[in-house]
Amino acid sequence: MEPAVFIVSAVVVLSGALGVLLARNPVHAALFLVQTLFGVAVLFVLLNATFLAAVQVVVYAGAIVILFLFVIMLMGVDRADDLGIEPIAGQRPLAVVTGASLLGLTLVVMLVAVDGSTGVRAANAALGDAADNTRRLGEALFTDMVYAVELTAILLTVAVVGAVALARRLKGPLQPIPVEAVAAVPADEGAPDLPASQDPSPEGRSPDDTASGDPA
Amino acid sequence: MVVTTGWYLALGAVLFSMGAVGLLVRRNPLVMFMCIELMLNAVNLTFVSLGAELGDLGGQLSVFFVLVVAAAEVVVGLAVIVAIMRRRSGATVDDLSVLRG
Repeated sequence: MEPAVFIVSAVVVLSGALGVLLARNPVHAALFLVQTLFGVAVLFVLLNATFLAAVQVVVYAGAIVILFLFVIMLMGVDRADDLGIEPIAGQRPLAVVTGASLLGLTLVVMLVAVDGSTGVRAANAALGDAADNTRRLGEALFTDMVYAVELTAILLTVAVVGAVALARRLKGPLQPIPVEAVAAVPADEGAPDLPASQDPSPEGRSPDDTASGDPA
Repeated sequence: MVVTTGWYLALGAVLFSMGAVGLLVRRNPLVMFMCIELMLNAVNLTFVSLGAELGDLGGQLSVFFVLVVAAAEVVVGLAVIVAIMRRRSGATVDDLSVLRG
């Protein structure tokens, strides 16, 4: 039973990851990401980490991917990527070589050289069975690690405040990115990326339009 | 046939490498973020499987904190992307080289 579940989830995880890599449309990539996250959640259940499996589904698949989809829909960037452009010559072969050597190195270190883990078995934070998992995690988080939990609370607050500050609409017209800075970029694929002031902006929600188009 | 920890470690290594390749290859900042999520998930899987092998709760506790940091990172990163996309619709990471000092 366990090998079958593992193999099926591994196929789900890896095909989803391949989909994220190869999907031209960002929306499809996000949905493939959900597939991978569900596969990892099943593997968590298989490893008796039931609480993390639930958190994986709720937080990752439920919140983070929805955030991705929100941004994709909101900004209208769901255009298909042109995967034919290769801006740096030889970038993709080099990336594949890098990934393959990373994989080889990791496999050698983790499986061949030391054969799994070199750690000692736990003395104080013992792993319970699946039914006990959530209670033990909660006890450890709110006793031994309570300061770390408080720090993550601060981190999340800072992140939310920062996100609001970054994404809010400023009063007055936005300054477009200076033309000379754009012109400094190699102009081979720069044709559709005019500065915002010259952009016809078909959706009509360019900040320049909303800010300066009123008196007419 | 028994599923050993090595199987999980190998799967995590493959997933991590695929995320790294995607991060290097793709040019859409959103898809690059998704590839970072793939890499974080690979590490989470490694944490949990090693924790299960050693009978240690620390692996799962680490994954908990990785989840929190990943959520914060995605929130800030997507806000940056929104701020950039508002000025230059359809910008790829190559266009963002104008951000250099």
